[in-house]
Amino acid sequence: MTRAPDAKDGALLEVRELRKYFPVRGGILNRAVGWVQAVDDVDFDVLPGEVLGIVGESGCGKSTTARLLMHLIRADAGRIAFDGEAVRPDDAAGLRELRRRMQMVFQDSYSSLNPRLPIEDTIMFGPKVHGVSAAEARERARELFSLVGLDPAQFIRRYPHELSGGQRQRVNIARALALEPRLLILDEAVSALDKSVEAQVLNLLLTLRRELGLTYIFISHDLNVVQYMSDRVLVMYLGKVVEIGPTAEIYERMQHPYTEALLSAMPSMDPDRRTETPPLVGDPPNPIDPPPGCRFHTRCRFAESVCSRAEPRLGPAAGQDAANGAGHLVACHMRVAGSGHSQAPA
Amino acid sequence: MAAPAVPPVLRAEDVTVRFTGRDATVNAVNGVSFALDPGEVLCILGESGSGKSVTLRALMRLLPARRTELSGRIELAGQDVMAMSHRALADLRGTEVGMIFQEPMVAFDPVYTVGRQITETIIRHEGTSREEARRRAIDLLDRVRIPSPERRLRAYPHELSGGMRQRAMIALALCCNPSLLLADEPTTALDATVQIQILLLLRELQRELGMAVIFVTHDVGVAVEIADRIAVMYGGKFMETGPVREIMRNPRHPYTQGLLSSTVHGSLRGKTLEAIPGSPPDMTRLPPGCAFAPRCRFAEPGCETPPAATQLTPQHMVRCIRAA
Repeated sequence: MTRAPDAKDGALLEVRELRKYFPVRGGILNRAVGWVQAVDDVDFDVLPGEVLGIVGESGCGKSTTARLLMHLIRADAGRIAFDGEAVRPDDAAGLRELRRRMQMVFQDSYSSLNPRLPIEDTIMFGPKVHGVSAAEARERARELFSLVGLDPAQFIRRYPHELSGGQRQRVNIARALALEPRLLILDEAVSALDKSVEAQVLNLLLTLRRELGLTYIFISHDLNVVQYMSDRVLVMYLGKVVEIGPTAEIYERMQHPYTEALLSAMPSMDPDRRTETPPLVGDPPNPIDPPPGCRFHTRCRFAESVCSRAEPRLGPAAGQDAANGAGHLVACHMRVAGSGHSQAPA
Repeated sequence: MAAPAVPPVLRAEDVTVRFTGRDATVNAVNGVSFALDPGEVLCILGESGSGKSVTLRALMRLLPARRTELSGRIELAGQDVMAMSHRALADLRGTEVGMIFQEPMVAFDPVYTVGRQITETIIRHEGTSREEARRRAIDLLDRVRIPSPERRLRAYPHELSGGMRQRAMIALALCCNPSLLLADEPTTALDATVQIQILLLLRELQRELGMAVIFVTHDVGVAVEIADRIAVMYGGKFMETGPVREIMRNPRHPYTQGLLSSTVHGSLRGKTLEAIPGSPPDMTRLPPGCAFAPRCRFAEPGCETPPAATQLTPQHMVRCIRAA
């Protein structure tokens, strides 16, 4: 299950220089008066068979990234390649094919199902659009119900409001799997569930991944859940990737001060080792017109003048080989030789 | 913790809440009893629909009177809350008792400035001069670490960021030095780095002011950060109560055990989580006996009658026939 993704395999998904700015409109002419730099020059790969976790606080761009990958919103710039093939945003047939191979599960299990359709019809809908006969789609829906742990005989004709939150999220997973995708984007897919039910759904996701050879992008604000689920973790802050690497590297040998702060904000779960000082003060800054240079410098205790002048690029972390695409990368002036930061390596 | 001779700030006995509707009756709280010492922090830990927020609201009789059947005894600082007039209750809320919620935009009126709402509250309850109230408001905002408090007094709630708004709500709740603070998931909507700041602030203010706190949460990690004592709620009842260390190290109720083992943490990596099967109960159709029995792997015929509370130690209570 924890098969280390082989960096020599081609990436399943390649994302380069992805960018999305949302205009902030105001004034009587409703002109753009500012820009939310929701996703700004984001690069990463997703390797076949891995779980890539994406973490960050609200407004960091993690959900916008997911929507850009699905082409639910249009990117301002950037290149996306799925299985080695470039995705062209104007190619409608190509996008339909992409959305067959890449599916998404959202946080709100209720609003992502049609309340007027029995859940069976919801699950059959996708395959029918893609040219599967009704009888075959129905057969497949039954198999999917069993796969996600819902008894078809009992559930198949029910409506979404007749199910609990956990059951609805199982239906959403079944719906996403109906087109036999290779990549599933799980955007806060377990966040709205109670703990006792969340554990059931996480177990299900890991079983499905093993049995169907799926690849996941697992987006969550819950750092414990991301650590449990992911092979690699990507940390975002105000639209930028600040650090990416294997889960153990990120959780045990993190190199970006933001990653460190985020992880030490996790409750300890031990009454004798309570947190004594908060790792950061204040709220994340407004993503409209974010700070220049390193976006984290306004809250970083190591910030120096270089940090507000120049933007750090994502580069290999200390002790990492630059050629290793699945290695540990960090965007911080303290980790770049000759950056001008006093703690940078010589 | 307080010496045994000190009377509790709050005593609740057999508090029961039912919501009556046209089609069904929701048995939201089914006999909750506890006493809270001065300066004690009690966390009510439970999943959605367990009755934890309703319990908190029932203590202040904040539930809609026409649809709610509330029974039991609630005694606050020696006064019988159930017998109070609406006027007396309004005096109590905001003076003896402060409340904070998950969503600060609900606690604040959007059309008045933060400063106006805090000063009005102080004037309403204590009859101080406007100038004195303003001075106290600035002091309060400073205390909850809002930078440049004079300027923030003139801000409207929507002009503050999420964390700042939560701090302002805490200032509003504390403006008349309550002896009891009721907190309903006040950090749930916040980001991780802001959540821990608010928790530490609440812990510090609680110590400084010596307030008792009832803190409702669904998050075990949050409870461990702030609680002296944890009450685990399920199906409208306290299933287990005890000091935070005891609950974390030696949970005795199968539900508490299941909740802790299904709470994900990194060291479980590569292992299958021990999830509790099934889903939380339908509060309109609770089983006659133990509400957890349908999901419990130790369930036996004896679970069909409601289990009595067993005191394992004077502090540690568990409601399960296996502990009796």
